[in-house]
Amino acid sequence: MLVADEIGTERRIKPSTAGSVSSPNSTAPGESGPPPSLQRPTANVVFELSDLEVYYSAFRAVSKVTMEILKNEITAFIGPSGCGKTTVLRSFNRMHDVTPGARVAGGLRYRGAELYGPNVSATEVRRRIGMVFQKPNPFPKSIYDNVAFGPRSSGMKAKADLDEVVEKSLRGAALWDEVKDRLKASALGMSGGQQQRLCIARTIAVGPEVVLMDEPCSALDPIATARIEELMRELKSTFTIVIVTHNMQQAARVSDRTAFFTTEIEAKSDRRTGTLVEYDRTTKIFSNPADERTENYISGRFG
Amino acid sequence: MTELVEVALAAPPDLSAKRSWRSVKNGLMTTLMVSSAVVVALPLVAVVWAVLVRGLKVSVENFPAFFVEEIPAIARRAGPGMGPAILGTLLVTGAATCIAVPLGVMGAVYLHEYGRNNRFSRLVRFMATVMTGVPSIVMGLFIYLMWTMRFGYSAFGGALALACLMLPVVIGATEQMLKLVPSHLREASYALGISKSRTIVHVVLPAALPGIVSGSLLAVARAAGETAPLLFAVGAANEYNPHLFEEANTALSVQIFGNATSAFVAAQDRAWGAALTLVFLTFLVTFVARAFTARVARRR
Repeated sequence: MLVADEIGTERRIKPSTAGSVSSPNSTAPGESGPPPSLQRPTANVVFELSDLEVYYSAFRAVSKVTMEILKNEITAFIGPSGCGKTTVLRSFNRMHDVTPGARVAGGLRYRGAELYGPNVSATEVRRRIGMVFQKPNPFPKSIYDNVAFGPRSSGMKAKADLDEVVEKSLRGAALWDEVKDRLKASALGMSGGQQQRLCIARTIAVGPEVVLMDEPCSALDPIATARIEELMRELKSTFTIVIVTHNMQQAARVSDRTAFFTTEIEAKSDRRTGTLVEYDRTTKIFSNPADERTENYISGRFG
Repeated sequence: MTELVEVALAAPPDLSAKRSWRSVKNGLMTTLMVSSAVVVALPLVAVVWAVLVRGLKVSVENFPAFFVEEIPAIARRAGPGMGPAILGTLLVTGAATCIAVPLGVMGAVYLHEYGRNNRFSRLVRFMATVMTGVPSIVMGLFIYLMWTMRFGYSAFGGALALACLMLPVVIGATEQMLKLVPSHLREASYALGISKSRTIVHVVLPAALPGIVSGSLLAVARAAGETAPLLFAVGAANEYNPHLFEEANTALSVQIFGNATSAFVAAQDRAWGAALTLVFLTFLVTFVARAFTARVARRR
């Protein structure tokens, strides 16, 4: 935790590396405020995006995303397929680094530190910002080794310590009672819902500050989904959660704030680009959205 | 009207297969495939049968002696043994494996995980492909010039030649296996804040291990039967030589070649015995390695 503050104070003053300052606030939807460069990071802002853009080679997948994600809240990203929700989410823990050709431009700060600044280690970023994927992806190892892998990699060796972390994480993911007698069994023998909770346990075992979830329930049945949602509400007090979901009911049920993304078609080039339309409290988005496109989408009249 | 409907319902539909051009074609293709499978299996079975029958005769008649005693210096003398050749094959192939497998696996990890498609790795990949096509006798000649002319006959020279033959196979197999490791496993590891090197060692390589072992085994089995490069580099000894770097050695494949082309029946018998031993050794190594991989896979 100490290191985080160091990084924060160090990088806070550095300007955004991208040169996209042409029209900072002209299209910023929802909340308006002073330009990002003048804004002092408040204590409970976790992610601060200003005109975030993500490119896959020459293709601009996402543009003009400006928003703030707050601490100990669940923020949901909704929107039609191909609108860039996942792309934005993956830029939060630098998962784009592994995709050849992917590039992030614009401002993206994590607790005041520029995420894509020089000398920022993607490994260090991901240790603080964990991720749960759409498809449960446990390692082909035992249940115990799946959870212990992260802590072991950061140098934890004593068996007693590892045992403690594994139990705590599995309890945290509401999985302990189901698997405590077969910790040495392969994780691949579990059901899909259990595997996904194991992936959550594995993520929180590293002790992250943020948990990103990319459609974590889309491969699960309603009962498993309900368990994961319940789990998210419990985890909220410890972690900041950002979730991408195709399921609007899910966003309405679990999230505190909701961001609605959609695809814009550029008039002159006919290129499709995902962008943020509206970002507000979930209750507001689902009862009284400010933008017509949001209204159409949540009422199922999306064209 | 109602009567008509009832009649129609009462008669069960005809579900039996009808003879058609499609069903004839189906039968034809099935026969073709089954006979192809038989034709493929035939020479294999014949080879194993010939080796078993003739090899067993000489090796069972002189049971432990054949595998232990030294090779008779006078070729026409009947009887055992092949001991030095067994030791030689184990030495040469073992040393070649120790050189080629670590080099090949690490090279493939570089090519697939780090080099990707840069100029250097494309060049290395191309060279490896070319090396696959180099005849083993050319490789033997190369080692003869580069090593044997300077340091004399030794098991190690043969190991070098075999390692050169094994390398491209190991590189190719390992790279293919690394390609097959699903990307979601790597992502899962990266998302935990685990470095690339640790991800490769603890996630990617274990997932690819069975395939890497299979590929390496294929290379080992091929190398164990190579004769030409060993003729150049290893020499021909009739006594035990446990030294890797000193003096002429021998190997089963070399003994098979030498004895089978001999005019004496006793020597020809020994060649069959050596052939059986070589087949058995290869089988043993494959079996042990598979069992080991299966155990590792089960543990995960």
